[in-house]
This record gives sequence, C-alpha cells and structure tokens, in this order.
Amino acid sequence: MAGTISALYKSSNKESRYESNAATREPIWIKWTLVAIALTFFAIFLLLPLVVVLVEALSKGWSVYWETLVDSETLSAVWLTLTAATIAVPLNLIFGVMAAWAIAKFDFRGKYFLITLIDLPFSVSPVVAGLIYVLVFGAQGWFGPWLAEHDIKIIFTTTGIVLATIFVTFPFIARELIPLMQAQGKEEEEAAVVLGAKGWQVFWHITLPNVKWGLIYGVILCNARAMGEFGAVSVVSGHIRGLTNTLPLQVEILYNEYQFAAAFAVASLLALLALVTLGIKTWVEFQASKTMQSVSLEHEV
Amino acid sequence: MKKSSLHHVLPGFSLSMGYTLVYLSLIVLIPLSAVLIKTAHLTWEHFLSVVTAPRVMASYKLSFGASLLAGVINSIFGFILAWVLVRYRFPGRRIVDALIDLPFALPTAVAGIALTAIYSGHGWLGQYLEPLGFKIAFAPPGILIALIFIGLPFVVRTLQPILEDLEIELEEVSASLGARRWQTFFYVIFPIILPALLTGFALAFARAVGEYGSVIFIAGNIPMVSEITPLMIISKLEQYDYEGATAIALVMLVFSFILLLAINLLQAWAAKRTGRVR
Repeated sequence: MAGTISALYKSSNKESRYESNAATREPIWIKWTLVAIALTFFAIFLLLPLVVVLVEALSKGWSVYWETLVDSETLSAVWLTLTAATIAVPLNLIFGVMAAWAIAKFDFRGKYFLITLIDLPFSVSPVVAGLIYVLVFGAQGWFGPWLAEHDIKIIFTTTGIVLATIFVTFPFIARELIPLMQAQGKEEEEAAVVLGAKGWQVFWHITLPNVKWGLIYGVILCNARAMGEFGAVSVVSGHIRGLTNTLPLQVEILYNEYQFAAAFAVASLLALLALVTLGIKTWVEFQASKTMQSVSLEHEV
Repeated sequence: MKKSSLHHVLPGFSLSMGYTLVYLSLIVLIPLSAVLIKTAHLTWEHFLSVVTAPRVMASYKLSFGASLLAGVINSIFGFILAWVLVRYRFPGRRIVDALIDLPFALPTAVAGIALTAIYSGHGWLGQYLEPLGFKIAFAPPGILIALIFIGLPFVVRTLQPILEDLEIELEEVSASLGARRWQTFFYVIFPIILPALLTGFALAFARAVGEYGSVIFIAGNIPMVSEITPLMIISKLEQYDYEGATAIALVMLVFSFILLLAINLLQAWAAKRTGRVR
C-alpha cells in the first residue's frame, strides 16, 4: 500500500492500551467472538490457499518436485523472470526517487494531478496494460510497420515483457517515497545547501538515509509484483515455450496441460518468494518504527 | 510556504521534474492514449455494437456484480480483522498481521490455481461443498472467492492506521457521559472511520473489476455465465480483433478513471474527518 512507512512514522505505539481501559474495552465474549470470526476468515481465505500450494507441489513426491524445478523450461522461465525484474525495478527506482524529489521538495501547480497520474497504472486492469503495448508496438500498432521494416520485434519478446512489467510496477516506489519525503520536509536539505553541500551530496548524505526504509519497502513490493505479474505479461508474451515464458506463465501452461503437481511446484517457488517478501517487509516495518522511536526519544531528551 | 520563488534553494528541480514527466509520458501516458486514438477509428455505431454485445454485457454484469459483492464482504470482514488486530492481543497476532498482505505478494496465477484446487469438485473443500449443492469453482461463486482473496488487504490496510490513530479520549468522554459501549461504537467510532472504510471498499472494488490472473483459473469461462470483462479483451485479441479489444478496454479505462477520482475524493474526506495529512 502507498505510504505505509510514512504512516508508520505518524502512528504512535499504543500497545494493548485498549484492553486495560474500561472505556475502550468490550465484554470478553465479544472480544473472543470477533477474534474467532477474524481468524476463521483469515484461515479460509488467506492461509488455506498458501498451504494448498505447498502441499500440492509435493503431492507427487520430492523427485517430481525437483525434476520440475531443474527442467530446462522452468529454468528459462526463472531466468526471464529475473531479467524482467532486474530491468524494471531499477528503472522504477530511479523514477521513484526523481519524482519524489520533484514533488516533495518543490512547490508547483498541478502537484496533486501529477500524483494522480503516477497512480494511474494501479487502477488500470493488467490486461489493458498489456493491450496498450500491443497497440503501440504490435504488428497492427503505431510503430508496427516501422519496426517490421527495421526487423525489430518488441511484442512477443523479452522487451515486451519488460515494458509491461515496468508499467504495472510503475507507481510502487514513487508512492512510497513521495509521502515520506513530504512528511520530512526540506529544512535539513536546505541547511546542507546553505552550508555549501553539492546537490548529490545533499541527496546521498541527508535525503537517502532519511528515506532508507521507505525506499527498501517500495523496492521489495515492486520486485514482488514484477516477478509475479501475470495478466499484462500474458498479453504481450505470445506464450513461446522456453523463450517468452515467465514463471507465472509457466504455471499457467503446466496447469492447462493437467500437469498439476508440476504447476504447483513452479507455483511454490513464487509462493516462497511471496513469503520472503512479507518477511523482509515485516522486518523493514519493525526497523522503521524502531528508528522512529529512537528519533522521538532524542527529541524528548 | 512561499509561492512564486523562482529561485529554489535546493538544486535539481528541472532535472527531476523533466525526468519524471518524460518517463511518465513514455511508459504510461502515450501508450494509454493509444486506446483512445485507436477507438477513434471506429464509427460510433460500430463502437456501440462491440461494447453492448450480449456476451460483453453479461461480462460487465458479472465483473461489476461480483466485484461489488466481494467489496461488501471484504468491508465487513476486513473491518473485523483490522479491529481485532489493532484492539486485541491474542496469540499469533503478529503472524496474522504480516500475512494479511499475502494477496499483494502472491502472484495472481498462483492464487488462481490454489483456489481452484480448494473449491473444484474434487478439491479440498469442494468435495464437501458440491454434494451439498454449492458449486463454487467453474461458476460465478468461484469468481467471488478469488475477488475476496485479492481485495481483502486493501480494506484492512486502509482501516488499520485510522483505527490506531483514534483518540482514546473520545471513547473515554463518551463512556463517562453514560454511553453504552455499542453507542460509543456507532455514534463516535464508526462515523470517524466511515470514509476510510469506503476508501478501502473502493480500492478493493477497483482492483477486483480489473483482476484477471486469479479469476480465470477458477471461473470456468463459460460464455454468458462466467466470463469476466478482462477475459473478453483477451478473447478479442486472440481472434486478432484489435479494435474490439480496444473498445472494451476503453470502457474499462473510463470506469477506472471515475473510480480513481472517487477514491481521491474519499481520501480527502477521510483526511478531513480524521485530521490526518494525506
């Protein structure tokens, strides 16, 4: 979600204050009824699908699992997924930093309009995201004839997959950094400039350490989406086995061929990626709130 | 803050702003405008006949109906989850809190095949539900389940910070003035968090309408029964009907712009009501 780290900086820690206060306490049976409802819903709708992936992946035993993972098609899907993420995430990171710097440190007309435009890819269906690149670069598209003349292919190649991935992960880092940098103001940077620091020194020594956790947070989420995107990539990939299949597309192919154990084996890789992502995310939130507490302590002293 | 200061103290405005605008235009704005321009080649009658064809109309009904229902269910249970996570201590709370974001992190295709394995006729839960007459996978209820899965974190994560920031004193005042606990909830707490609840609902709804990956595996994709709108775009593309695909895409885009606007207004309202800065 956008601005999670910046929200963390604002909310104070009220550990279990509610339950010891008669004014904010519900009767014990209400508490446990609500907890039971919440946990049941959580278990059925969130936990069960995760468990199913891991169990089904091993339903035909470890040997089938292992064979699927070292299959050449799986490996090339891993490679393509990593390639797409390695290109898309840094590009969106540079954009996120640039956009956050312009929006948070300067005043100009139409700022909120610009933020809304940056948010656009979040509200566009992944299928439409894929379609727009087909319209621009496909054989029938704007640049189609020109590209064909120069023998350049974008749609149904890695390039198309990378472009679609960049689009769907476009706002992640910017949306994390903008509110965080806005909340921190620009006094520290201005002081540094007045004291004679160069632009990149200001950024490197002042801004970057301040937004470190928000930045890592955005990169983690951006990466998870980049590696897991299905709809947009599916439209531009052309599903050429061993060539334009990312891991999520490989899952689909195996599943549609009724190789369920293999499909779940590949899916389990992506599920592990999701768990690692959530682990790092939780750790980053913990670090950020710790930093925040030590900062507010310093202020109190 | 002072306006009109042409001379900024901080460097890098033109560079960062220029880069932002160029990258935004190249990646997002120009490709998106292709939808508009491509649709402009169609005559009005042709456009209408594509976007109101019976199969497409059935897909709107299903996509919007299922997304609305999923949004409502997520608003209710997402609210209970957020409340329980903020207010109560119980074993496993931190793990539940961390896993709420699973639908954001788990690729949609993985969610799709996992849900199918749960709810199909031979599935983990499906084998008990189908004899009772509940057919979930390969029917509209399956779509609903998938949309509940992907929308849940939007509601929980929008409500959580608002609930954490609620001033405890308000509830104390309410209690000391003689309000019962349920009165405090309905007259004090609920009005404050209502805009955030609606924001979470709208975010979940917007995501659900465009969702593709988690739905297509479980939907069964039966024409007129369980085809979602994004699938209509795909099937037009597979028949090389680019104009038809683009026309439906335009309808979806217009709708998501309206939703985006509504979400922005809701967030502004939520910010006003809770005194938080956006």
